[in-house]
Amino acid sequence: MEWHLFKDFIPKLLAGVPITLGLLAGALALGVLLGAILCYLRVAKVPVLRHGAVCYVSLFRGTPMLVQLFAIYFGLGQFEAVRESIAWPLLRHAWFCAFLTLGLNSAAFTSEILRGGLLGLEKGQLEAAKAYGFSRWKKLRFVILPQLTRISIPAYSNEIILVLKGTSLASTISLLEITGLAKQLSSKHFTPFEAFISAGVVYLAIVFALTFLMQWVERRLDH
Amino acid sequence: MFELLSFGDAGWGDEISRGLVTTLILAVICFVTGTFVGLMLTLLRRAGRFSRFVVGAYVTVLRGVPELLVIYLFFFGTGVFVRGVAASFGYTEYINLSGFFLAALALTCITAAYSAEVFRGAASSIPPGQAEAARAFGFKPSKAFRLIELPQLIVVALPGLGNIWLILLKDTALVSLTSVAELMRQSTVAAGATFRPFTFYAIAAAIYFIISMFSERAVTAVERRIAITGER
Repeated sequence: MEWHLFKDFIPKLLAGVPITLGLLAGALALGVLLGAILCYLRVAKVPVLRHGAVCYVSLFRGTPMLVQLFAIYFGLGQFEAVRESIAWPLLRHAWFCAFLTLGLNSAAFTSEILRGGLLGLEKGQLEAAKAYGFSRWKKLRFVILPQLTRISIPAYSNEIILVLKGTSLASTISLLEITGLAKQLSSKHFTPFEAFISAGVVYLAIVFALTFLMQWVERRLDH
Repeated sequence: MFELLSFGDAGWGDEISRGLVTTLILAVICFVTGTFVGLMLTLLRRAGRFSRFVVGAYVTVLRGVPELLVIYLFFFGTGVFVRGVAASFGYTEYINLSGFFLAALALTCITAAYSAEVFRGAASSIPPGQAEAARAFGFKPSKAFRLIELPQLIVVALPGLGNIWLILLKDTALVSLTSVAELMRQSTVAAGATFRPFTFYAIAAAIYFIISMFSERAVTAVERRIAITGER
């Protein structure tokens, strides 16, 4: 083990952090947005929509993310309709495909977390809101959302870490985020140990920072 | 579409099936070894403050670092490491380690960390009175663990272990990036050779999905069965 290489590699790997964090933030935003919609469809009273949402969730949870990523990045170009659509300039872009896959994937998991949170809400709360004549929007804004956020935070913190780890797959479609850079350093200097362990250190630092952040949010919400 | 999946030279049916078998073997081996090591880690945690710290650090690191990175480290790093050790003993011939073996090693380490966490949670749900009663009856610690704690541990840990199996099954796809000829790798080869990437990735996805669904059913069935015998 060449210890001085760590000092050399870690700053080089930090150059990949913006891509990693950008993918993370984008995917989480898409995941929450789409996840909330999916969760709404799952508790909706329209059977078709409910079954559709259930299928979406089990499809994305039941298949490896790498397959999803390759199907989107390498696969969609197989269809002429896709190649001629207005979305094609975006869909041939590696960053966009990684963001899309991570986001669609996170949406499935987030909708499950939100659904679990909804089930944890006390029924009396909703009845009380109704008794007070709250409108649907008011009920959502003042009764459901505050409690749902509080209940879902621990599980969602886990989801954030999972998405962070998922961003490493972006390296397989040529993006030079942390894992991609580590692979490059490893093959350039023939130092796999130092390169991948340095990358591990960078990831762990991000995980610890995110964990602290989420604990702070959790404490804030408790007051 | 069906020609693409025919067996023999014309289609990819035989390659994909062989890949599927490799995926299943890899997943089963790593699940067995991984949960066994995970259980050992849980026991090691009780051995003292130092071992608790070491196991805790191991679990935190392996759960915080992307699986892909761990697989790369084992796949690209182990060869360098083994050759370095061999060279220091004066053995300078090129040593080639099997990719399957390295993949299994990496996935075992990951699964061990996850299952150690599941076992720890399960162990904390067993009332301490059970261990005290075993001691009062004069059971040796090993016997108390084997006859009193382990059976309960497995029942409580079962849903968590079912989850680990599903995660592991999906993680085996990452091994395709290190050229182990499992399901995902064969699909990638077929996708490249036929210029039908979406078709083959969709087929791979469908196969993973079917195994996941069957596994989920199986876990639920086993859970129900064990729960009934538990009530008797």
